[in-house]
Amino acid sequence: MTAAPRDVVAMSWDPITRIVGSLGIHTTIDFANRHVAECRATSSIFRGYSVFMRGKDPRDAHFITSRICGICGDNHATCAVYAQSMAFGVQTPPLGEWIMNLAEAAEYMFDHNIFQDNLVGVDFCEQMVKETNPGVLAKAEQTLAPGSAVHGFRTIADIMRALNPFTGAFYLEALAQSRIAREMYCLMGGRHVHPSTIYPGGVGTVPSPQLFTEYLSRLMRYIDFVKRVVPLHDDLFDFMYDALPGYEEVGNRRILLGCWGSFQNPEACDFRYETMSSWGREMYVTPGIVVDGELVTTDLVDINVGLRILLGSSFYEDWQEGETFVKTDPLGNAIDQRHPWNQTTTPRPQKRDLANKYTWVMSPRWWDQRSGKHLALDSGGGPLARFWTTALAGRVNIGYVEATGKSVKIRLPKSANQPETEYEWKIPRWNNTLERNRARSYFQAYAAATALYFLDRAFAELNAGNTTVWRDFKVPEEGVGCGFHEAVRGMLSHHMVIRKGRIANYHPYPPTCWNASPRDSFGTPGPYEDAIQNTPLFEENGRETFKGIDIMRTVRSFDPCLPCGVHMYLGDGKELVVRYAPMFGVQPPESP
Amino acid sequence: MTIDALDVLWVTAGLGCDGDTIAMTAASNPSIEDVLAGIIPGLPQVRLYNPVLGPQNAEEFLQHFRDAAAGKSPRPFILIVEGSIPNEANKSEGYWAAFGMDAKGDPIPTVQWLDWLAPRAWAVIAAGTCATYGGIHAMQGNPTGCMGLADYLGSDFRSAGGIPIVNLPGCPVQPDNFMDTLTYLLRQAAGRAPMIPLDEMLRPTWLFNFTVHEGCDRGGYYEQADFAADYNSMKCQVKVGCWGPVVVCNVPKRGWMNGIGGCPNVGGICIGCTMPGFPDKFMSFMDEPPGAYMSTAAVATYGTMVRALRRFTRVSLDAEPPWRQRPEKKP
Repeated sequence: MTAAPRDVVAMSWDPITRIVGSLGIHTTIDFANRHVAECRATSSIFRGYSVFMRGKDPRDAHFITSRICGICGDNHATCAVYAQSMAFGVQTPPLGEWIMNLAEAAEYMFDHNIFQDNLVGVDFCEQMVKETNPGVLAKAEQTLAPGSAVHGFRTIADIMRALNPFTGAFYLEALAQSRIAREMYCLMGGRHVHPSTIYPGGVGTVPSPQLFTEYLSRLMRYIDFVKRVVPLHDDLFDFMYDALPGYEEVGNRRILLGCWGSFQNPEACDFRYETMSSWGREMYVTPGIVVDGELVTTDLVDINVGLRILLGSSFYEDWQEGETFVKTDPLGNAIDQRHPWNQTTTPRPQKRDLANKYTWVMSPRWWDQRSGKHLALDSGGGPLARFWTTALAGRVNIGYVEATGKSVKIRLPKSANQPETEYEWKIPRWNNTLERNRARSYFQAYAAATALYFLDRAFAELNAGNTTVWRDFKVPEEGVGCGFHEAVRGMLSHHMVIRKGRIANYHPYPPTCWNASPRDSFGTPGPYEDAIQNTPLFEENGRETFKGIDIMRTVRSFDPCLPCGVHMYLGDGKELVVRYAPMFGVQPPESP
Repeated sequence: MTIDALDVLWVTAGLGCDGDTIAMTAASNPSIEDVLAGIIPGLPQVRLYNPVLGPQNAEEFLQHFRDAAAGKSPRPFILIVEGSIPNEANKSEGYWAAFGMDAKGDPIPTVQWLDWLAPRAWAVIAAGTCATYGGIHAMQGNPTGCMGLADYLGSDFRSAGGIPIVNLPGCPVQPDNFMDTLTYLLRQAAGRAPMIPLDEMLRPTWLFNFTVHEGCDRGGYYEQADFAADYNSMKCQVKVGCWGPVVVCNVPKRGWMNGIGGCPNVGGICIGCTMPGFPDKFMSFMDEPPGAYMSTAAVATYGTMVRALRRFTRVSLDAEPPWRQRPEKKP
């Protein structure tokens, strides 16, 4: 196919709404060939956790780092507790660990729920599709939804109407359900989103039959709801492939997925670094790295040793010549100067220059010792990488969920309005926008199913009279710790160095840092770059009314959570013809 | 003047985490969708412009803020600020926080938006401890020099509606506390409520006129000098780090959502997250607060005695009167 002559227009979207945090997307669009030619993303907020945590009490790390994120702060608190447990040499009692797992399962249920149907869903709602693709809406009106007997919506357009913001039936139902899931979190963690009852050493939650029964009764209502969520989104996303042939290329990128694992197994996990390879594999979401469809590792020590933080176009000073906090890990493996344990964060605010330094984010990479390459992994928005690694590893089999080596089966019991149901998430052909979104719905079911298992285990502890949920510890004078976890939207790590009993260095790496990372010092492009570059555009609008819906769907499919921040750079040059920003009609006032 | 329709413009571009927006979506007394749908009687019609929830994107979304900043807002508006306010003067160039961009493509610093919007707002709410008093990001050793909204605008600030800044602390804000306060202001806008009553730290008095301890269902253990020695205990947590006796907050009484959860009432020490002194004056969080040494010693004599007397009485009350027996068992 011969490309038409280029017709390149600069377009910016800043701020991007319906995500958490501050993100701007600056692109050039080739309208003649209907694809994205070039793109940068900017983050406009810096807070400085790694700076102000220096010198603080290591026991305070989880209270502080929870405040990194207002939608998944408890993921940070939990990850910090994992890092603290390693550094303090303490193992959470089994019931405490089941309670933390139940809390985190509730967080996945809540967060995927509100993000999918109250934030992402709007990109597929009737109002939006009417504005961007009236032809698709017309087709949706004529297309019967295969799952209508279960979810209750006759046509695909009925589904789209149900997702209209603040008026659609399913939008409102999802918002209400998100509150029930948050109540479940509060039962275990005290408060959402910055928990009160989570501590290094365990939890302060009072375990009793009442506690777990209150969780269970809410969980069964959620399960009844999720049995409509999965077929509803299957119908919607299958329709998109069908209505827009070629849509699989939207947001498609090479399969380079990372998952740091979720839900500890207290029978295996002693939080010692020396045994991390084995207890990491016992997690109920298997950690791992998938490169071009191959499962490269499931070993958290491999994952840890390969971490590198590169600088590209960010507002920081380099630390290559800075202090080395950790020369070797507790197993004797060499730790690179660019590893989070050795990072020194020194911010240098400066004027934003889109051709040079323009963002507050850095470039995390994983060094693949087989190829010597620094891989720009993404999380697939969280669920896609979690399912992919768990499926390939084939290790998880707890009845309610089962990894088969090529799929993940999820079994949910009978609920108020729906029979016993089994789902099978199968490894898809693409790492693209729609599959990231589809995996999110399935992971709501997965989290609910694992919660049933954790409840069984918690009741078993209660029945056996084991009610200890917290264990004492001493903070060492010197030590290191690392925590690996899955935030709702993907891989999360916390790295801590203790000296003289205080925090000497602390670096959290949330998923959006990976997903939205820039072209780094080696020239490796970041995940958004792959995903958006050459993305075909299916929007029916011309440039005057262009909304960039296919780009927005792609950005949101990663579930951006930018209290960390993004930068990206794509494409092949500066062939700007016109500068045009959509809806940029009004000049900002100069001053009051 | 009564207002029958207004906009809510929500700036999340302070140094925050969007946790107060997320908390607002957790509220059900009333819920945000009920307010927007107009099914709470007596309130003006409300339109919400919040970046986390806004159906509109980018410039379309920002236009409402640009209009308001230029004094061209079609309706009066309530400004909600989330996140602490950085000191943009403590460096030679660049910015710590920005929101949207100007005609030249440069980021517009958040403080610039506040200068434009706050004086034109009918009312201003600082949501969450970052926006009220600086919070976690204003911790000692922070690079941004950030502060609370009243530190930035001045504690004598008055909105266009003649109202001081309304501070709603909490990290994050308790969901129903937020919606309750917004509802009060909407009722006031409609001419159905007097000026919102605020204390000297600009908090709504009906939500913040008592301490954590005064509303905590573990307070009875304190009275009996019965203290938790570690986090496994369901007793009063003051000796393992709880600051509840001196922290102004209604969470143990109200719970976190629908009466569920909270802090010391469910086993989570109070770390003072609603307070102007948070976090520095409460760290290390897990240590016994210095004041608790004396107060727990002072209550020991009384508490131990009362506990013993009550145990004695309870044992006698725990038995039924002797005449409640099956007939054949009577002598």
